[in-house]
Amino acid sequence: MDLPTLWFALAVTCWVLFFVLEGFDFGVGVLASALGRDDHERGAGVTTIGPVWDGNEVWLVAAVGVTFAAFPDWYAALMSGLYLPFVLILLVLAARGVALEFRGKGGTERWRRWCDGVLAASSLLVAGLWGAVLGVLASGLALGADGEVAGAGLGRSLAPLVSGPALLGAALGVGAALLQGATFLGLRTTGPLRARARTTALAVLAPVAALVAPVAPLGLVAVAVVALLVALRREVLSFAAASVAVALGVVGVLAAHLPVVLPSTLDPAFSLTVASAAASPGALQLITVAAVIVLPGVVAYQGYSYWVFRRRVASERVAT
Amino acid sequence: MTALELSRLQFAVVTVYHYLFVPLSISLATLTALLQTLSYRSTKRGGAAAPAADGSTGDVRWQRLTLVAGKLLMITFAVGIVTGLVQEFQFGLSWSAFARFYGDVFGPTLAIEGMLAFFLEATFLGLWWFGADRLRPALHLATIWIVAIGTLISAYVILAANAFMQNPVAYTLDPETGRARLGSFADLLTNQVVLAAFPHTIAGAFAGGGALVLAIGVHRLRRGDPDGRWRLFTRVGAWTTFAAGAAVALTGDLLGKVMTEVQPMKMAAAEALYATQAGAPFSLFAVGVPGEKEPFLSLDVPWLLSFLATGDPTATVQGIDDLQAQYTAQFGPGDYVPVVPMAYWSFRFMIGFGVLATMVAAWVLWRTRRDRSPDTAHLVDRWLLRLLWTVPVLPALAATAGWLFTETARQPWLVFGLFRTADGVSPGLTPIELAASLAGFALVYGVLAVVWVRLVLRVARTAGDDPEPVPVPEDTEPDRPLVPSY
Ligand code: HDD
Ligand code: HEM
Ligand code: HEM
Repeated sequence: MDLPTLWFALAVTCWVLFFVLEGFDFGVGVLASALGRDDHERGAGVTTIGPVWDGNEVWLVAAVGVTFAAFPDWYAALMSGLYLPFVLILLVLAARGVALEFRGKGGTERWRRWCDGVLAASSLLVAGLWGAVLGVLASGLALGADGEVAGAGLGRSLAPLVSGPALLGAALGVGAALLQGATFLGLRTTGPLRARARTTALAVLAPVAALVAPVAPLGLVAVAVVALLVALRREVLSFAAASVAVALGVVGVLAAHLPVVLPSTLDPAFSLTVASAAASPGALQLITVAAVIVLPGVVAYQGYSYWVFRRRVASERVAT
Repeated sequence: MTALELSRLQFAVVTVYHYLFVPLSISLATLTALLQTLSYRSTKRGGAAAPAADGSTGDVRWQRLTLVAGKLLMITFAVGIVTGLVQEFQFGLSWSAFARFYGDVFGPTLAIEGMLAFFLEATFLGLWWFGADRLRPALHLATIWIVAIGTLISAYVILAANAFMQNPVAYTLDPETGRARLGSFADLLTNQVVLAAFPHTIAGAFAGGGALVLAIGVHRLRRGDPDGRWRLFTRVGAWTTFAAGAAVALTGDLLGKVMTEVQPMKMAAAEALYATQAGAPFSLFAVGVPGEKEPFLSLDVPWLLSFLATGDPTATVQGIDDLQAQYTAQFGPGDYVPVVPMAYWSFRFMIGFGVLATMVAAWVLWRTRRDRSPDTAHLVDRWLLRLLWTVPVLPALAATAGWLFTETARQPWLVFGLFRTADGVSPGLTPIELAASLAGFALVYGVLAVVWVRLVLRVARTAGDDPEPVPVPEDTEPDRPLVPSY
């Protein structure tokens, strides 16, 4: 495998880790409010992701950084081409991050309600937006000869968001986040929240199956496996299966056109390929060395952090 | 406005905003780690005679103060994180031509910063905040130090990326595409500009965190201080800002000398020095007629500029006119002069606000010596107390002015001598998209600022008193579930 191909694989790995890890905490963001009946229960839901969400979000920083480093042209075309969708994602992520962090620091219950509302709305929106972006990427962008998306005005970068693939992607993005979030809550809470999470997972499965069936019949197998595991109350396995399904979906979208990384819908000659978008060998060697040294450590200490906070969060009130 | 102008405005707004919070994150992480170290050591030594109400031992004052600084850190960090994420995308969003040109150098730098520093900061901050009751004390202390080290690594790496734009090193130009290609990464990291800019920026960061701590300390001191904890807090903050103020001046002087060497035009603009001059004076203050080169009112310190720029009071300092002629010969016809009033005044505001913050810190140290505390019978104290909220603002203004100077006085270059700002903007982007995004950033960032201020004021008013949320004692039943802490 040559270096650009290796880096394509590594960049996709970072994106997959981002979608899998933030996927469940987007889901929890919505479900903490949707399933929590009072302040305490909502707090319990949010606590399951409190210590880890930022570490999860750094996989987005890593994915963007690695894409920039290994494929500057891909990064440049993608960001400037989907300019407004990405700005929107960033604004929503900003609201979401502070709602999560500020929830417990305002003192009053009214304040926490506000934060819960912002968290739920932003989590839902951002899961849909990312799904839409993936939907767009599955079919490509209107790249011109200079590697920029052609067009003018607001429609240049907004129009792709309201295309058919984008809407399907958005629905799937929300469905996947809810499924992951519900199985995660089932795994990490006790009491009423745990029970409701399971019902939610079962309820989400049918619409997800209906969305998946026409585009990826094989995906139905994954949905069926998750359904079976949830029905059997195998909590660890159902979360793992939902996550694997998300991972396969993301790989499927990003690697569908190999060796093209970003197809042009205008002219195949304008498409970016692994080779044409890659950085210089020197830059690729440098980040290879850095990744080999640093990433195993990252995985180890993030794993450690999940292990430290492995205990379930009580959603029923316990006397303290 | 054109797409170029809007892109520049948006970059300036979004980056300056990020940098209002970054210095506080950097300095508060280290200050929290220091306070927790003191708390840890007092517990080891047996500390206070009687355990506190919640059963904790050791000097509870350090414990409480750690929590105050830690809360400020958490609130600030959150804003730093979400605004930093925007930075990561900016170069592709509105500077895609620049990203293509500079990507080979900048991409790896950003990627390495993310892998090396941001994962550390994010993961260990979560472990620190939630892990108080499930990590051994020594390990818990280690997590906050790791966060602090992470912030310093990220600052260094990003400043190295910026230093490339000030003084490009360690690159070759691809003969086919005309793009920069990464040479030696070690050379990139030891760019003489980053070697000077890093200590200067970090010193500035500590001036900021110290001033916030100082202001909160004085505010609480005024409302009574039975066990002296708020005097401690005040003095920790005041010493930090005072020492950082001295360090900022020393390192700034160094940075100025480096800058005179690599970008003489920037430093000439900072002084509004048009004619090359030997034994050049330093202008403290000037009032001129717009468009005229000679100010009609100015206050100069003779020889000081030559001395600051080179270390020799009689040395020759190049002026703007000569440099313009030299660059025209070197790079072709064009305007190589940045906006001089912007450079001149931002440079003075940086220094002025920094010096003012240092003086306030010195005053507070003097007025809180031994068992004294500021009192309203004293005229200066009365004003200090009235204007207390402005104290943390001073270093932020200084840092903002410093960056405005650094980045605007490099114009028309984006990468000095290599790549012009006008060539960097995303070619496909339309002004209406930029106007929409700028409005979005203004709205969301505006709300964030208001919320941040309110939460910090709440910490300033209420945190650090007994009884605080009691640290949950070490859990012996493995099955007992985690109690929600959000
Ligand atoms: C001198 C220091 C410094 C400077 C000049 C910058 N930053 Fe920053 N940045 C930090 C120092 C820092 C930090 C202290 O490390 C932060 C603040 C809060 C945090 O999470 O880390 C941070 C946060 C932060 C994050 C979020 C990290 C996370 O999720 O935990 C990103 C992606 C960036 N920054 C990227 C940038 C980029 C692309 C910049 C250039 C335009 C930039 N920063 C300027
Ligand atoms: C450290 C990495 C940084 C990089 C790579 C970087 C890069 C850039 C780029 C691409 C531009 C737009 C082009 C231009 O106008 O020259 C710019 C402008 C600017 N930057 Fe930086 N920047 C960095 C750090 C900062 C920081 C931390 C601040 C302030 C807090 C800052 C303040 C500004 C301002 C005010 C402008 C507008 C200048 C103008 O357009 O005249 N920069 N920088
Ligand atoms: C008292 C004397 C000071 C001197 C002589 C000084 C000197 C300088 C110089 C020459 C630069 C420009 C370097 C460049 O072009 O890259 C600079 C930039 C800067 N200054 Fe200062 N400064 C002083 C005070 C301060 C203070 C008080 C602060 C903040 C608290 C501050 C924050 C900054 C920042 C953030 C930058 C941009 C960082 C960089 O250049 O990389 N400075 N300073």
